Amino acid sequence: MSRPDVTKIHRNIGQYHTGEMDRRGVSRRDFIKFCTAMSAALTLPFTFAERIAAAVTDPARPPVIWLHFQDCTGCTETLLRATHPTVESLVLDIISLDYSETLLAAAGHQAEAAKQATIDDFEGKFILVVEGSIPTKDGGIYCKIGDKTAVQILEETLPKAAAAVAIGSCASWGGIPSSGPNPTGAKGVTEVMPEAKTPVINLPGCPPSPYNLMQTVVYYLTMNKLPELDKKGRPKFAYGSIIHENCERRAHFDAGRFAEQFGDAGHRQGWCLYKLGCKGPETHANCPSILYGDVGSGAWPVGTGHPCFGCTEEDVAFTKPLHQQAAVAEVVPPAFYPHIVEEKGKGLSIGAAAVVGAAAGVAGGAAAMMAKDLRKQDEEDEQTNEKAE
Amino acid sequence: MKLERRDFMKVISAGAVTATTAKTVRSEARTALSEDAVGILYDATVCIGCKACEVACKEYNDMPSSSSYVNDQFEVKNVWDSPDDLDAKTLNKIKLYKDGDGSVKDREKDGFSYIKRACMHCADPDCVSVCPVTALTKDPVTGIVSYDETRCCGCRYCQIACQYLIPKFEYDDPLGQIQKCQLCSHVIAEGGIPGCCEACPTGASIYGNVHDLLDEAHQRLDMTPGTTYDFPVRMVDSKDRASHEVHEYVNYVYGESEGGGTQYLILSAVPFGELGLPNLPDHSNASVTEKLQHSLYKGMIAPAALFVGLLYAAHQSVKYHNRSDEEGADE
Repeated sequence: MSRPDVTKIHRNIGQYHTGEMDRRGVSRRDFIKFCTAMSAALTLPFTFAERIAAAVTDPARPPVIWLHFQDCTGCTETLLRATHPTVESLVLDIISLDYSETLLAAAGHQAEAAKQATIDDFEGKFILVVEGSIPTKDGGIYCKIGDKTAVQILEETLPKAAAAVAIGSCASWGGIPSSGPNPTGAKGVTEVMPEAKTPVINLPGCPPSPYNLMQTVVYYLTMNKLPELDKKGRPKFAYGSIIHENCERRAHFDAGRFAEQFGDAGHRQGWCLYKLGCKGPETHANCPSILYGDVGSGAWPVGTGHPCFGCTEEDVAFTKPLHQQAAVAEVVPPAFYPHIVEEKGKGLSIGAAAVVGAAAGVAGGAAAMMAKDLRKQDEEDEQTNEKAE
Repeated sequence: MKLERRDFMKVISAGAVTATTAKTVRSEARTALSEDAVGILYDATVCIGCKACEVACKEYNDMPSSSSYVNDQFEVKNVWDSPDDLDAKTLNKIKLYKDGDGSVKDREKDGFSYIKRACMHCADPDCVSVCPVTALTKDPVTGIVSYDETRCCGCRYCQIACQYLIPKFEYDDPLGQIQKCQLCSHVIAEGGIPGCCEACPTGASIYGNVHDLLDEAHQRLDMTPGTTYDFPVRMVDSKDRASHEVHEYVNYVYGESEGGGTQYLILSAVPFGELGLPNLPDHSNASVTEKLQHSLYKGMIAPAALFVGLLYAAHQSVKYHNRSDEEGADE
């Protein structure tokens, strides 16, 4: 694993950015650490840290428009709780957040005008982030901003974006508003506009980890393309495996140690929560790896002792009861299960075969000799008898 | 000795007469299970391979962990239990069937399935039949095949007789016993249920009256694959249920008639032969061997008749020799 070339990064950062970062209490060293951490999180070689540094300090970075629809603002809240980097000083500058209803100082017509200006000036270049589901029933009147329905706003904005991120389960597939009976006809971004040419990345989760968003954005800025997505449009680096595969309690599952009730002896010892309805075996996410809130180990639902409820998966979250047993997603079983027939021993070696053959030969020869001798003895006896008679 | 053809035929016909005139005796009616016979139903499609049943079995029966190459290589004891098969320390084993890339559960081709192996508690057990000292017995009420170590003489005839290769002998102990699952009869006697069924989270192993279990098994075979069924957990009549999708079973309950029937029934979506379960006729070996032995030895008539026949043949031979000696002496 090669280390990043620090001098190259120093050169890329330059005076202006160093000054800006110093003002915000971020040393150059911290910035280099950030770039290295980003490249590690994206599972790229460390040499990419240089490219990341160049990308995020590039003055021509594209703006981001963040739309809120039927949301709880949890996804914005989760972003605000990121600590490496702190979002308001570093990432907001890096991605130039031009419109966000939560964080914008302006309001009303002024805010809308600013948004429109960004869309017009940077058409085909800005990144769109959508938070919250889009109601489609009754003409979509259940969510209106600035006298336009959510559907209208999305249809006006999405085609003009360079790329879009549907952050959170609501924007990805409908989330809580879409759970039965779904009175507003809530749908995710790709379901509302399936024909859109703009590539949409889904980052489900309730809330999703802010680092998944930042990693996606940084990847896009550095590589100028989207990370590899799975069939549901989710980046594989974050949603490629089920929680069950990386869970810290997996050893307990494999050994058959389950908590039967909240607070029982097994639960206190941190045993597997499968019997309590943990949906980890059928949920794709990277929660056990990156955790939440940067407060140390165990900072995720299972780590605290509550079963995962599958917040990223459309068929699981807000649909399957919390304590209903999960179906274990089909993953090829690992090697420690014995097969139906296990080979034992090495079979007959050449030396052993030779010894057995020789012994058999000796036995056979001795038997033949003895038979011959007996017959001869018999004949001699008969001759003796006849002579005697 | 030169037997004349006539004498030879006399001996043979004597034997044939004894074999056919003895009354044929059926083996004792062990194929008829009592109404209260208990058993276990294992559904491989519901099993997730968590091995909670293995852990519970060891706990309920106070068994030490098995050694394996992992334990031997790192010289650890009772830290990791990873037997390859049933053995003298493992009464219940989850094994894996895998074909090709093993990507889909409960599919024969390019798929995988789990199988739980333990004593089948046959309705007409071969092991009970062959045991010369009645160390293995079948309970007349519950039908559980139990082992009495105070009677066992270590002949291991039961190991050879069992078609499923279940009884395991403690070879590393000079006064070793046979080890096999006994359906946690010591727990059942106190009103509990076997450890494997108690621990199974999904309802793959359930305990109950064997006739109820057989009915439940046939009900599942009648279900439409893809629908959801509330599988009973722990016991067949439990209120505790776990919802799972019904898979496409092999349309057969293994153990319904195998070797005369077993009390450990198995359902699977993968053909049973692939899971290591033997293809057996619907009668036990014991029924055939016992019939033969009982008919041959009934009342000791046939042996006695054969003995008389042999005596006669020997007498004839001696007479012939004496005659030829006399003739030779005359010449």
